Amino acid sequence: MISFERVSKRYDNSHDALREVSFSIDQEELVFLTGHSGAGKSTLLRLIMLMERPSRGRVVVAGADLGKFRRGSIPRHRQSIGVVFQNHKLLMDRPVFDNVALPLQIAGFEYRDINRRVNAALDKVGLLDRVQAMPLSLSGGEQQRVGIARAVVGRPSILLADEPTGNLDPELSAEIMQLFVDFSRVGVTVLIASHDLALISRLRHRILTLKEGRLVSPAISIDGA
Amino acid sequence: MAPKAAKASAGNARPRQIRWAQRWRGWRRHHSQSAADSLAKVLQQPVSSAMTWLVIGIAIALPTGLWVVLDNLSQLSGQLDRPAQLSVFLQMDAQAQDARSLALTLAQRDDIHSATFIDRDQALTEFVQRSGMGELAQGLAENPLPHLLLIDPVAASPDTLAALRGELEALPEVQEALLDTLWLQRLQSLMTLGRRAVQLLAALLLAAVVLVLGNTIRLAIESRRDEIVIVKLVGGTDAFVRRPLLYTGLWFGLGGGVVAAILVALGTLLLAAPVNALSGAYQSSFMLQGLGLVNSLQLVLLGALLGLAGAWLAVARHLKAIEPR
Repeated sequence: MISFERVSKRYDNSHDALREVSFSIDQEELVFLTGHSGAGKSTLLRLIMLMERPSRGRVVVAGADLGKFRRGSIPRHRQSIGVVFQNHKLLMDRPVFDNVALPLQIAGFEYRDINRRVNAALDKVGLLDRVQAMPLSLSGGEQQRVGIARAVVGRPSILLADEPTGNLDPELSAEIMQLFVDFSRVGVTVLIASHDLALISRLRHRILTLKEGRLVSPAISIDGA
Repeated sequence: MAPKAAKASAGNARPRQIRWAQRWRGWRRHHSQSAADSLAKVLQQPVSSAMTWLVIGIAIALPTGLWVVLDNLSQLSGQLDRPAQLSVFLQMDAQAQDARSLALTLAQRDDIHSATFIDRDQALTEFVQRSGMGELAQGLAENPLPHLLLIDPVAASPDTLAALRGELEALPEVQEALLDTLWLQRLQSLMTLGRRAVQLLAALLLAAVVLVLGNTIRLAIESRRDEIVIVKLVGGTDAFVRRPLLYTGLWFGLGGGVVAAILVALGTLLLAAPVNALSGAYQSSFMLQGLGLVNSLQLVLLGALLGLAGAWLAVARHLKAIEPR
């Protein structure tokens, strides 16, 4: 579903964020991406979302070579990916409902369907009673769950999460991780960047570890190494 | 949070498989929603929005008002065209009888509305009565005035009038035919100049309106930067991001057009009474003509189009620069 082939990313200031990274993730697989901050986790996710382009190598998502995407087809690519951001990235001047409905609006759903799906997504993250709340009135954990509801409401085939349990207490973190595990069980490819090793090693899924832009523990790499 | 709930939502329809009819309804809904949202945003800041509307309204009303004035002037000069008479002075030795029959013959012509004969003796009496220079007239040995035919032509254009004048002057009985068109020509060239000046002014002010709106929308883009980034991150197309901003421009332009129409109507109303009094004093039936409903609506439409244009300009220039980083 997602595969990196010898991908390198060098920024303008000649800092190598990623070096020769190769791996591939199957559908229905949940993979953790870990490493110290600055090891290249965010860059890797940004490459999948086409927020960045690799300096060298090839990124293939759902069978499509991202190098062939022109600017105009990026929105459609992003619509097929659900993303949970570290700092939530919610629209602070809109209620929870509008935030979660955004991807459906973009995809062109009818209001009736939007209403139904938003409620279903919020129900799943346990926030059905906060539909009309403004994000600022929510706790950090609740905001994160709104972000998760928004990421999954369009039923994407791929779910990315950047430090989704960043500032949450252990109990809430475990709850949120369980949500992601549930999604991977119903056919969604899930890739979670997290430095919470204690939590992710308990969950017994494949872990990719980045160190200074290199993959140090490629469980399955495409060249079989 | 149970796996069963997750199962219910994943799997079946993906966004890209939405039917076209559904997509069309969703598109329309996003349009109406963008329109309503941006209108609400515009109304949320009544003072600054009103200022923008006034600026645009005044900038549109100024050339429009001048145009209304010119339009009225040209109607006025159109009314003045009618009494543009030809004065045909006959030879001194022409007899009153011949002059009268010539007047009748000329009145038969298609390009002449009427021909009035004025007897030389009658003319002298009138002159004496009106000028009060009776003594001077009595000192004259004989009546210096020729018989006069006043020709009221049908034709309106200066060219045909000049041609008619030449024809009349060629008649053997006629000594001289006078057509005072010079002042008309001057007026017409002044009007042409005025129209050109108004067109130039209008072009400049309309460009200013587009720029003002462009700047307003640029500020709106800046204030919505975070929102634009988020929308782009979750897959919003350029058109999707653009839509509410274009509606914002539309509302500002539309409001400006309404203000302009009101300003012009107010100006017409304020000027109508003195103008009508003036034309009454000149015994003219001239009435000040305002914009009228259709033209006022066109003004509102023009405002809306300028708003869209300004918004498009700003969006084209600034939106591409905002990308998720």
